Amino acid sequence: MRNLKHNKSYALLALTLLTVILAGCTPSHPQSTFDTLGPVAESQLLLTNILIVMGTAVFIIVMAVLIYIVIRYRDDGSKEDPEQIHGHTMLEIVWSVVPVLVLIPLAVISVITIFDNHNSPVKAEDGGLNIQAIGHQWWFQFKYPEQDQISTPVVTSNDLHIPVDTPVNIELVSKDVIHSFWVPKLAGKVDMVPNNDNGLWLQADEPGIYLGQCAEFCGVSHANMRFKVIAHERKDFDRWVQEQSRPAAIPTDATPLIKLGHDVFMARVGKGTESDPDVKGAGCNSCHKIEGTDARGTRGPDLTHFATRTSFAGATLTNTQSNLRKWLEDPEKVKPANVMAREAEIYRDGIGLSEIQVSALIAFLRSLE
Amino acid sequence: MTTLRLEIPRPVHPTGIWSWITTIDHKRIGILYGVTAFTLFLIGGIEALLMRAQLAKSELEIISPEVYNQLFTMHGTTMIFLAIMPMGAAFFNFVIPLQIGARDVAFPRLNAFSYWTFLAGAIMLNGSWFLGGAPNAGWFGYAPITGEIYNPGHGIDFWIMSLQILGIASLAAAFNFIVTILNMRAPGMTLMRLPLFTWMTLITSFLLVLAFPVITVALIELMFDRFYGSNFFVPAAGANPILWQHLFWVFGHPEVYILILPAMGIVSEILPTFSKKPLFGYPVVVLSGVIIGFMGWMVWSHHMFTVGLGPVANSVFAITTMLIAVPTGIKIFNWIATLWKGSLNLSTPMLYALGFIAVFTIGGISGVMHSQAASDAQQQDTYFVVAHIHYVLFGGSIFALIAGIYYWFPKFAGKMYDEKIGKLTFWLIFVGMNLTFFPMHFTGLDGMPRRIYTYYNDMGWDLWNTASTLGAILLAMSLLVFIYNIVTSWLNGEPADGDPWDGRTLEWSIASPPPEYNFAEIPTVSDIDDWWVKKRTANAVVEPTEGIDPHSIHLPQPSYWPFVVSVGLLIGGYGLIYNIAVAILGATISMIAVYAWSFEPVNDPEETSNH
Repeated sequence: MRNLKHNKSYALLALTLLTVILAGCTPSHPQSTFDTLGPVAESQLLLTNILIVMGTAVFIIVMAVLIYIVIRYRDDGSKEDPEQIHGHTMLEIVWSVVPVLVLIPLAVISVITIFDNHNSPVKAEDGGLNIQAIGHQWWFQFKYPEQDQISTPVVTSNDLHIPVDTPVNIELVSKDVIHSFWVPKLAGKVDMVPNNDNGLWLQADEPGIYLGQCAEFCGVSHANMRFKVIAHERKDFDRWVQEQSRPAAIPTDATPLIKLGHDVFMARVGKGTESDPDVKGAGCNSCHKIEGTDARGTRGPDLTHFATRTSFAGATLTNTQSNLRKWLEDPEKVKPANVMAREAEIYRDGIGLSEIQVSALIAFLRSLE
Repeated sequence: MTTLRLEIPRPVHPTGIWSWITTIDHKRIGILYGVTAFTLFLIGGIEALLMRAQLAKSELEIISPEVYNQLFTMHGTTMIFLAIMPMGAAFFNFVIPLQIGARDVAFPRLNAFSYWTFLAGAIMLNGSWFLGGAPNAGWFGYAPITGEIYNPGHGIDFWIMSLQILGIASLAAAFNFIVTILNMRAPGMTLMRLPLFTWMTLITSFLLVLAFPVITVALIELMFDRFYGSNFFVPAAGANPILWQHLFWVFGHPEVYILILPAMGIVSEILPTFSKKPLFGYPVVVLSGVIIGFMGWMVWSHHMFTVGLGPVANSVFAITTMLIAVPTGIKIFNWIATLWKGSLNLSTPMLYALGFIAVFTIGGISGVMHSQAASDAQQQDTYFVVAHIHYVLFGGSIFALIAGIYYWFPKFAGKMYDEKIGKLTFWLIFVGMNLTFFPMHFTGLDGMPRRIYTYYNDMGWDLWNTASTLGAILLAMSLLVFIYNIVTSWLNGEPADGDPWDGRTLEWSIASPPPEYNFAEIPTVSDIDDWWVKKRTANAVVEPTEGIDPHSIHLPQPSYWPFVVSVGLLIGGYGLIYNIAVAILGATISMIAVYAWSFEPVNDPEETSNH
């Protein structure tokens, strides 16, 4: 009876432990390394799982022996000293050699995975898709290969669009400090190091949105440096590339507010705009580029097809009207220490944007299809 | 030829603050190290609590990102350089001369200098909070974020200068302990009869001597970049910032063993004593320590698996890192075999030593996981690594250091601690530690990067972060109970006799607390665990302190100079940051003090004859 009770409580304990462990590995979370949807992350998860199982087994064995000994040999009050055992050569050999034997197969799997994950199955020179990812304090920029001489180069920020079921090579570059490119559901991280370009390959098995985040400490807003990988069916991806290869066009039927926004964007700070001399410019064009317009700045993100982006500000905000307002009114609050908040004249000098400027800019940005 | 002798009266201060400032008694220096390091450990702990408060839930705004970055930088730097290392040094100082049957260390004034210089480094680093902001680039200080362009202000300068000053302190101490252990052993104490803690200290000291020059070079280069416009780590001028990472981790990985080997030494003392059995496989445990010391130099790039060193380098470092688990495993197996068939006394030090084995094993296993470069790409720079490092440094080093505090408490305080509170605290700390750090495995595998001051509520990391924060609060409260126990016992504890644990090594053969001269008669050693053997075979008893005239034993005398040299270094450090003239002043003070020191005899013959 007593044994039964014990068994029950052990079972309960095991169940609780299991629940705790499973609760820890929640695959539904957006950056869970357990919910892999690409071959690179899968091979890494396989290795992790092997290690977790082996490690747990080793831990349980060691602890069982330790606990048994502690209970069995607890001081029983006898005055006699225990036997003074100094060692045992055979045992030493056994517990030196056995771990090595256990580690050998692990080393083999490990080395194979290291090489597999490093060598892309379809390299750029073999016609594979090659995208350059550039780390900035604190946002990711993605440059697609040039189609031809005439089309607009495809450049996005925060959103990395890829086709499904296709190995994609990502060239990793940094323009300032060290960042790290990491999309947990697709592939482990590789650092973006200035003057030391790196690369990785990844593949998404299903269409969908995969969250990523900078994983190397890169300054004040390191926590706010996120991005999204958006995997499309091949034909959707091709269509997306085509659309992005066109310059942004201000529609002929654009509302006056959009036009005003355009002018605010293009005019220098403090200078009256073309549409309305009473509404002053914000000088956005000195850092941002919009293909097909006069905005040719390169310091900040390219905003050519801004309206098609799912998010902005280091993917901390989804691309909605109210979020844009939040951002334009006080960028420092959204992403502390960001370059726009600290260095753009309009914010640096404490001028700020008026209500009409903000509304016009929002209207303009959301028209950039 | 005449020499200019700078003479001031020899300090004679038997009590009071000056007696501590001028002391060169290794036991008092050990206590100074211990109390200072523990205080800094509490400061580092408060920094950790503030971070845990900020991370308790998603999108909290308790601490600003800038301050958060300073907090994690200071927490790491403080815990490693100002808490765990000097707590180890406290034990080296207090215990080693006693374990090898010596009256002091080889260079007593150098020893005092090490302590005061360590304190200078600690002041310099923590003073940064009040002088424009603490360093904010992490304890690893990766280039180029430490460069002037990305990091104006003096935070990084303080970090550089304080680490250089701490490096001087560590090097001086390491040389001192190498010479002490090799030259000051009692007759008959061959190397293979050295107590394990002394052995591990010897290995640690060699690691220190070899590792610190590497970080010193890196810091000098960084200092030149910041102060004098050189371009070692400036990408805009063509530098490859990976250079810093290699230099840092060639130092940084041996540093990990500098932090853990003394801890392993302490555990290797406690387990035999409280099992009433000799350490199982003594030569193997020593050898595995030596192997860990060697192999510690072959694994540094496992901190850099995601840097892009290429598959060949990653494979090589994956394999060497896996191999280093073998000697570590051997130690654990030998410890368990030591317990086997013993007569286990589960007093507080023993509980911590057993807790060490359990918790350190977890840290070892997650270490093997990290050795797999391929899967480590998912864990690198996540909370999984934070869990790992705390399992080896809190569950490992700190558990062992607390075990050591309890174990040697009767020896240095001459009092007994409260056993009931001791055991209670162990369980509180054990639960608190696991509650704080185990959930970090989950958040790490769930994709949470480390060093982020906030996270968004759509990430699903709230639950386990809240758990960690609750654990941290429990941990903080249990440390308060620990402090209560130590302080009240130190003040009003029951007097302890010289050998309360039926000990095995020489420190238990003399009174508690030991007299200034340690051993009235230097013992002759003929066995491992010599004191235990003598008790059993020759009915040896604790050496009495009565009837011995302390003045018949010549001891090195107190000195002002080590303190003055360190003050000069501190002034010089501030000078390099603010004003070169002040730096020259500091250097001059140090030079004069070194000059005076070198002409000051260890023992003033007239002074002693006056007694």
